Amino acid sequence: MKSLGSIRRDFAPWNDPNAKPYIQFDKVTKKFGDFTAVNNLSLTIFEREFFALLGASGCGKSTLLRMLAGFEEPTAGRILLDGQDLRGIPPYKRPVNMMFQSYALFPHMTVEKNIAFGLKQEGMPGSDIEKRVAEMLKLVKLEQFAKRKPHQLSGGQRQRVALARSVAKRPKVLLLDEPLGALDKKLREETQFELMDLQQELGLTFVVVTHDQEEAMTMADRIAIMDKGEVMQVATPAEIYEAPTSRFVAHFVGNVNMFEGKVAEHTANATRITGATGAEIVVDNGGKAAAGSDIVFAIRPEKIKVSSKKPADAVNALEGEVYDVAYLGDMTVYHIKLDDGQIVRASALNASRVTEDPLTWNDRAWVSFRPDAGVVLTR
Amino acid sequence: MTDIAATAAPSTETATLPARLAKGFVNRLVIIIPYLWLLFFFLIPFIIVFKISLSQTAISMPPYTPVLDFSDGISGFLAGFRELNFDNYTWLTQDALYFNAYVTSLIIAAISTMLTLIVGYPIAYGMARAPATIRPTLLMLVILPFWTSFLIRVYAWIGILKPEGLLNQLLMSLHIISQPLVILNTYTAIFIGIVYSYLPFMVLPLYSSLEKMDYSLVEAAEDLGCPPIGAFWKITFPLSLPGVVAGCLLVFIPAVGEFVIPDLLGGSQTLMIGKTLWNEFFSNRDWPVSSAVAVILLLVLTIPIMFFQQAQAKAQEQGR
Repeated sequence: MKSLGSIRRDFAPWNDPNAKPYIQFDKVTKKFGDFTAVNNLSLTIFEREFFALLGASGCGKSTLLRMLAGFEEPTAGRILLDGQDLRGIPPYKRPVNMMFQSYALFPHMTVEKNIAFGLKQEGMPGSDIEKRVAEMLKLVKLEQFAKRKPHQLSGGQRQRVALARSVAKRPKVLLLDEPLGALDKKLREETQFELMDLQQELGLTFVVVTHDQEEAMTMADRIAIMDKGEVMQVATPAEIYEAPTSRFVAHFVGNVNMFEGKVAEHTANATRITGATGAEIVVDNGGKAAAGSDIVFAIRPEKIKVSSKKPADAVNALEGEVYDVAYLGDMTVYHIKLDDGQIVRASALNASRVTEDPLTWNDRAWVSFRPDAGVVLTR
Repeated sequence: MTDIAATAAPSTETATLPARLAKGFVNRLVIIIPYLWLLFFFLIPFIIVFKISLSQTAISMPPYTPVLDFSDGISGFLAGFRELNFDNYTWLTQDALYFNAYVTSLIIAAISTMLTLIVGYPIAYGMARAPATIRPTLLMLVILPFWTSFLIRVYAWIGILKPEGLLNQLLMSLHIISQPLVILNTYTAIFIGIVYSYLPFMVLPLYSSLEKMDYSLVEAAEDLGCPPIGAFWKITFPLSLPGVVAGCLLVFIPAVGEFVIPDLLGGSQTLMIGKTLWNEFFSNRDWPVSSAVAVILLLVLTIPIMFFQQAQAKAQEQGR
């Protein structure tokens, strides 16, 4: 069976028309004075989903999270959690907890007291609090740091205390605002997997805000790409990467080559595109753009093959000249200047130590790709 | 082998020694400046006052007998030690007036400090939570009263508080009261005066500790189920304690020795140590006794504060 990209886990309630949405943003708008942070946005998140809001800073993703937590009220629209309208419910009465970007650990309390804080507010009996705190400390592997104050911990440890504190109350939804932003690269990668394991173990719904696409791709079941207060696309990481629906999304996630052109004709199961400079491209992945309309053909660098001769069986092949070669060890990135002047980026995995068809600066070269390697974008 | 080590070690040391000495000197110089300040403007004046407190009144200029003077040479100076007497200090214990004045002053200062804290905290909190653009203006408004004379501002309160003053006129014209309130020349007037005069000293340290507090801590507390009032007492207030302590000390210490406010607003029957000291000095022209009063006042204030600060430092050390 074919699948788009790789499957992360067998969990896809968004494909089930009967699945009940857990969190619903219903035409939500948030304005700060003249500035519209979130613009008429609708979004559905399912129970036990690991959902990521991905976007550049200022795109409204944090505002969305803060509205869910109750720190901001929407200017218009509703937010529903498990069927309940959250309007007017103050943060301290919402069954959601947030892990802050700055961690917001109480500096005058020990690790233990920080974790117990939310449980005390709930009025949980002392012995139960102790038990839960011990459990949480074990979960984040900080047992021996229980009596320390936050300033005596490393950045990674503080991050884990913040995490333990926010999940201690077993919230319905855990909100994470750039949870790994303050960690260094190596620790961030480790922690990504820890967070995923934790989410599985506790069976919670996670909504994470991030500007790091790799982080979102690694952890999330689905990603919402946001721009200027609007959702551009909501899809699984594989769909976002392999089947972006707009130029913005294609550009925002990963590297991409774009060819401007027009739809020349539709055949039974393929679309023929005439590029702006006359080159022809055949696409057969079900693009529905009307004949004659202006479109963009987008293709990822690793889907493009570079060779010194035109491959005999290639449907799509364009000729050019090697402009730049970057050898990165695991792969080689070629910049090919096509004869019409456009520069195409192609990457080849160095699967063997010896290159059969070595190419270097100024060599004539062909770039070729399969008809299903790219997508047609109409917006 | 040992020879090599022995000869190698000093050579590296001598190379860095002058540089280290120079660096050490610069570091020390920086520390020396505040100590010199304290020496010239605190310790030496204090020694002079202490010396006067050990002498006797005399009809002369200045109006006390010389004590520990170098005019008789070193032997005379040493002989002076044997003649030292603490009569002025024993005198302070014999007259209940002084004890009462000390105690009243401490109580008045403590109550006014509490009142200043209660009035000042909301002001500082409001300032710290105000939009960042208007904070400098608010700060300016707090400091603005300092631009007029302290004496004139306290005088102005007489005009407000006296029986036919502005406050009574206002309240009577609003028919809230039918008889003028007697506020001037009571302890109430002293409290009003101290709270008014020392409010900036309370607001500024509170503001600085509240302003640098990360507001997301309060949000985190609310997020964890704590209502805003609870979050204030559990998070905001404990974290502003250094500001509270600094503000209270800045108000309490000068308030204990306050003279102008009790004299102008408190009338003749109020008893405060600052006024007692003034009377000793200017009315009785008894410099030695007033010096003794001042020395005792200093001890009464510094010794508890020293212990307090030591305890606080220790608590902080344990907290770490």
